[in-house]
Order: sequence, then structure tokens, then C-alpha cells
Amino acid sequence: MHHVVVERWSRRSSPLHARDARAKLGALLAFLVAISTTPPQAARAFVAYSALLAVAIVSARLPFQGLLGRAALVLPLSATFAAVTWWSGDPARAIALAVKSFISGLAALLLVATTPLTQLLNALESLGVPRPLILVVQFLYRYLFVISEQAQHMRLAARCRQGLGLDRRSRFYAAAGALGVLFARSWERADGIYRAMLARGFSGRFSPLAPARFGARDFAFLCAAVAASTAIRLAL
Amino acid sequence: MHIPDGFLSPAVWATLDLVSVPAVGLLARKAQRDLEDRKIPLLGVMGAFVFAAQMINFPVGPGTTGHLVGGTLLAVTLGPAAAAVVMTAILAIQAFVFQDGGIVVLGANVFNMAIASVLAGYLPYRLWAGSGWRSAAIFAGGVLSVLTSACLALAQLLISGVPMPRRLMLVSLGLFLVSGLIEGAVTLAAVRAIERLNPVWIRSPKDSGSRVLGAVAIAAVTLVAGGVLIASAAPDGIWSLVGKLGLTAQTAPWLHAPLADYQVNGLESAWLRKATAGLFGLVLVYVACFLTGKFIARQRSI
Amino acid sequence: MSPVIQVRGLRYRYPDGTQALDGVDFHLDAGECVALFGANGSGKTTFVLHLNGLLDGEGSVEVCGMPVTKDTFVKVRAKVGIVFQDSDEQLFMPTVLEDVAFGPVNLGLSPQKAAERACAALEKVGAAGAIHKAPYHLSSGEKRRVALAGVLVMNPDVLVLDEPTTSLDPPGQRDLVKLLRGLPQAKLLVTHDVEFARALATRAVFFERGRVAGEGTVNEIVQRFSWSRALDE
Ligand SMILES: Nc1ncnc2c1ncn2[C@@H]1O[C@H](COP(=O)(O)OP(=O)(O)OP(=O)(O)O)[C@@H](O)[C@H]1O
Ligand SMILES: [Mg+2]
Repeated sequence: MHHVVVERWSRRSSPLHARDARAKLGALLAFLVAISTTPPQAARAFVAYSALLAVAIVSARLPFQGLLGRAALVLPLSATFAAVTWWSGDPARAIALAVKSFISGLAALLLVATTPLTQLLNALESLGVPRPLILVVQFLYRYLFVISEQAQHMRLAARCRQGLGLDRRSRFYAAAGALGVLFARSWERADGIYRAMLARGFSGRFSPLAPARFGARDFAFLCAAVAASTAIRLAL
Repeated sequence: MHIPDGFLSPAVWATLDLVSVPAVGLLARKAQRDLEDRKIPLLGVMGAFVFAAQMINFPVGPGTTGHLVGGTLLAVTLGPAAAAVVMTAILAIQAFVFQDGGIVVLGANVFNMAIASVLAGYLPYRLWAGSGWRSAAIFAGGVLSVLTSACLALAQLLISGVPMPRRLMLVSLGLFLVSGLIEGAVTLAAVRAIERLNPVWIRSPKDSGSRVLGAVAIAAVTLVAGGVLIASAAPDGIWSLVGKLGLTAQTAPWLHAPLADYQVNGLESAWLRKATAGLFGLVLVYVACFLTGKFIARQRSI
Repeated sequence: MSPVIQVRGLRYRYPDGTQALDGVDFHLDAGECVALFGANGSGKTTFVLHLNGLLDGEGSVEVCGMPVTKDTFVKVRAKVGIVFQDSDEQLFMPTVLEDVAFGPVNLGLSPQKAAERACAALEKVGAAGAIHKAPYHLSSGEKRRVALAGVLVMNPDVLVLDEPTTSLDPPGQRDLVKLLRGLPQAKLLVTHDVEFARALATRAVFFERGRVAGEGTVNEIVQRFSWSRALDE
């Protein structure tokens, strides 16, 4: 858990990594909307979307298998729903459901695998997501690993005590106690963080460092992506 | 359940994005007003806590364990607005970093799990925290929050045309109920454990609103969640209701206009009708939730 | 010359009733380096928090002649830089560079200027290699260095370090001693590490149950309170 593989990918370099996060975000949205509005029968369109995505993956110089494997996480869920759909007599829709969710998931994965989260958050903010929400996400991600580690230790400790032959009821309350302690520690940590912020002159406003620059290439990339998605959607 | 991209029809996710974006904006502003700037790190860290809390397993049955979902717990510790913001942040991280839930459907997931669910989970506590029913209210909150989000997700899928045989639906509903009961029990136990460490961490609502109104509000939330489900299973029902109310004439043009190009692409009008009905149902849910909230707020300030 | 920090009769009680400070008198002169010893829970960290107005107890705390009150917080916090005991709490920004630049940006520097100073500070503490990393990828020793950089970059008049040597390896501790020796600021070292204190401090203060129980050279204090881990007596 300590090293989310996607994050490691996002720190590599490639033509796609070099694009501004806003351009990539815009491209992703155009792509996803195109896919989502494509009728289930348009098999050729789905082939074209996949080809487009493959081009992007190649230019991102990321491990193909790793990406596919990670994107396949959505498959159990979509396969279940696809099976139900097939079963109730709509095979075209069933296939479209599975394909759509897989391609969409892969595209979203490609965005985060080529964009460090900070840049992505800055992009979201410049697109109008409220600043407090962005900051909460940022803090959440920062402390996710710290607190998960604590939880993991507590789980280990709980497992060590399991040999004591407690009944289910007392194990339930032990788990609640652990949860309470985790809560308390998290809360106190938040207090500590806030103190550290104040100590370094925090006055209630976060100011971001250097804003990213949206260059001609970013613009060209965004246009190309939107044009390609739209063309596939309308032509095929 | 985190709905992935590709499951919902454009009309459904677009509506929910349109609903969720301003709602989250408002909630973020309210949370900040309620909690001052110091709480930004607090909200982030508590989000991380909810994430991490999923690692702590609660034994609930032979060979089965459950874990905290967290909406209600956050609401009774941070207040509902802040809890909704934290849940939104969690969903965003899940969608972007862990590929759990889609991007264009993020608005739908936020609506189900961060807005409606937190509101439903908080209402009982808001109303009965000061009475002898406090524990029951926390428990009910947990149950309601999970039921609400699950039913909404199911309804959105149905409206989007994902077929669901009746029997399967009954099974899912049964599962939702069980998860709801688990969440209720876990939330209550967690609140008690936290309170034992430091009672200050559990916020009590400033004063309780009228009990009757509260009951009405809870009934409303449950009914809309359940109602949407029923309505989406039989969308013609709600459509004819719309017709009876004489709304068709006014609503039809603006409902159809943005969808016109789908028709060009050969989508049968039954789908369109379903989608529009669903859209309408969801707007109803939103309006109901919103009005209930407003009503309660008014009640409190008097 | 007036002391840079002057504390008189400081008392503080936590909301849960713990009397953490019970009448502390303390002073720190310009350029002086003082070690603060005391058992776990004797109130050292609580004391340190008062030097920045992060806790507000009874008694008086003056920094460079200014009483620490709401109106002077900004100035006081620019003058007294604290490196906290828990670096995870101190490093809250998404990347090391942003974190170290956090203070300067708050002081009103332009982002570019702040980033430049942050780089220089990271260089100074020997953590320039970590500049674009995320704090949770750092080892605990690296975290300490970065936390120190985040405070040095503000160029304070007083440096307060709460347990700076924990989780530093011996070469890292040596580097820290060298670095601190080269800094002109007055220093308050809260530490359990007698060797470290001996290498730097000219005076030591001993805390016991929220009071100053003794004062003298490091050796005097160590002897008087048997403050060493030697097992053979
Ligand atoms: N937030 C808090 N609420 C209640 N009591 C606290 C809090 N923080 C510290 N205390 C108590 O105040 C006393 C002094 O704590 P402090 O952290 O200042 O000790 P310390 O000397 O820094 O200890 P250590 O060497 O372990 O760091 C202790 O008894 C501690 O339990
Ligand atoms: Mg301490």
C-alpha cells in the first residue's frame, strides 16, 4: 500500500506525461462522454475508441500489461451486470456495458498514471472545483498512508489477541475500541498538523506554488483528443 | 456501491453531475463557515481515517466480517456539511487513485454516497440526539445511510436500462438491508468507543427540531429513496403521474431538447421515456431532500 | 542585552485536567544554546508550544521583548521556529518543495522566491535529493531533515528543536551537530540525548512535573539527576 503503483508511473516522463493536466483532463472528459453516449450496437466505434486509447498508452510509455491488469479491477462488477443483462435477453447491451466500463476505466487510469496527483488537483481547481474540497483531498491523500499504517498495526495486534478465545461479541467490541483509538489518534494528529501550520505562519490561506503553464502543445493535444473522440462518436 | 463509468445513461449521470456540483460547492462553503479554516486538515485526516477504518474488521456472523462505511460517524462528529465534503473527497480519491468508481459518474456516486447518504444518516441523530432515543437514532442513521445510497444506485442503474430480474432485485435489497444493519451496529459501537475516550468529539446538534417534523423528514428521505426504486422499476408509472399533473406540456420540451440528438442515433423512444422519467424522479429526490433540509433549518432557527 | 525568550510563572492545564506546566521560569539569551531535559510527560513539548503562542497558559511569555498575544502571533512565529517532535505532522504538503516553501509563502514571498529559498534550505540540511518527493516516501531521518529545512528557511532568531535526533542515524546526528554549530541563532534543544546536548549546549535546564527543577551545565544536570542510561553504578 505504501507505494501506489499508479503514483510511481505518474512520475515517469513521456510526451503524455509532459502535457498540462488541464489538457489531459479535458481530453479524458471528451473521450468518456463520447463513449457514454455511443449506442450499444456501434461495435466499430468501440474498436476505434480502443485504438485511440492504445495510441495514447503507447505514447505514455507505460507497461501495457500492468495498465490492463489494473483497469481489469472493474471487470468483476461489470461482468456481473453484463451477465444479468445478457440473461435478460439483450446481448448487445451486455457487451457494450462491459466494454464501455473497461475502456472508460482504462482511460481514467491513463490520466492518473501520467499526471501526479498534485497537478491533477491544481487542474481541477483551475476548472472550478472549490478550493476547500481540493485541500481536503490533498490532506486526505497525504495522511492516507500514515493512518492506514496505524490501522494495519492495530489489526495485527487484534489478530494476535484472537487466540485468546474471545467470543464474537467481545471481539466486536474490541474492534469498536480499536476504531475509537484510531479516531482519537487521527483527531489529535489533525490538531498537531494545524499547530505546525500555524507555527510556520499560516494565516488561513493556502497559496499554490508556480502555476502550471498551458502551452501550444497542450492546446493542440486537447483539440486533437476532442476532435478524435467526437469524430468516432459521430462517424461510426 | 461505486458505480463505474459505462453503467449509467448520459441523461442520468449528467443530471446527477449537475445536481452534485453546486450541492458540493454549497456544502463546502457551509462546512468552512461552520468549522473555520483549522478544520481543513481535520477534514482531510478524518477522510484518511475513514479509509483506514476499513481495515478494522468487525465480526458479524459466522465467517463474515463487516467494516465501517463512515457517513453517519462523520456526520455526528464533524457535522453533516463537513461529513459530505469528506465523503466527496474520499470518493474522488477512490475514483482517481484507486479506480474505484467512474469519472463522469462521479456526480452520481457523490450524490448517493456523500450527499443523500450522509443526510439520511444524520437526520435521526439530528432529531433524537437529545432524547432517550439517542442510541437508536445513531443506529437508525447507519442503517438509513447505507440503504439510501444503495437504493439510489440501484435505481439509477434501472433507469439507465440495466435490466434487473425481480428475484435478483429482492436478493440485492435483502443484502442492502443486512449491510445497513451492520453499518448501524458498527457506527453505534464506534460512537460509544469514541465518546469514552473524549465526549467532546461527538457533536450534539444545537437543539432538536420538532419530533413530528423529524419523523416526516425521515419518512420523506426513505420514501424518495425507495420510491425512486419502485418508480424506476416501473417508469411508466411516474411518467403517467407527470402527465396527470399536467406537467408534460411544460416539461417535455426542455426535457427532450437536450436529448434530441440521441434520438437521431436510433435510440428507441422507450429508452428516452425511461430516462426522462428517471431524471424527473431524481430531481424530485433532490428537491425533497433540499426542502426537508431547509425546513429543518428553519425549524431550528425559530 | 535582553533575552530573546523570557518566560515567567507559566502554568498550563490541559482540558482533561492534566496540569502539564506548573510555574515555569525560563530565559534564553541571543546566540545561546540551551538543552532542555526531563522525563517523558514532564511538560517539555507543552512548554515549547507556548513559545509560539500555540497554547495559551497563565503567566507571561516574551519573545524579543514582545509579549506573546494574539496581536503578536505573526511576528513571534517568524522569530521562533519550532521543529516538532512528529515530523509527519510537520510535513503536510504534497511535495517536499511545497512543504519547505510553505513558510516563506506565508511570510509574503513570491512563489518563485520562496521556491529558491526552499531549495537553498534543503541543500543546507543535505536533503536536496528529496526535493520533488512526496513526504510519505521519505525515511524518518529524511523527514527530520526536511522538517528542519522548513523551519530554517524562515530564518528565525530562535530555533527550537523537539527531539531532533530521534530516528537520525549516527552520521546524521553528527551532521546535525555540525549544521547547528554553524548557525548563529539562539537554540533550545529538547532532547533525551545527552551526547548531543553536550556537543552543543552551554547550559541545561531540567524539567520535572511541569517545573524547572534544576539548571546548570549539561554535566552538572546529568550528574545531579542521574540523567544517563548507564546501568552500572
Ligand atoms: N492534548 C493533551 N491532552 C491532555 N493531556 C495532554 C495532552 N498533551 C499532553 N498531555 C499531558 O501533559 C503532560 C505533559 O506532556 P508533554 O507532551 O508536554 O511531555 P514531554 O515532556 O514532551 O514528554 P516526552 O518526553 O514523552 O515527549 C503529560 O502528562 C501528557 O500526558
Ligand atoms: Mg515531547
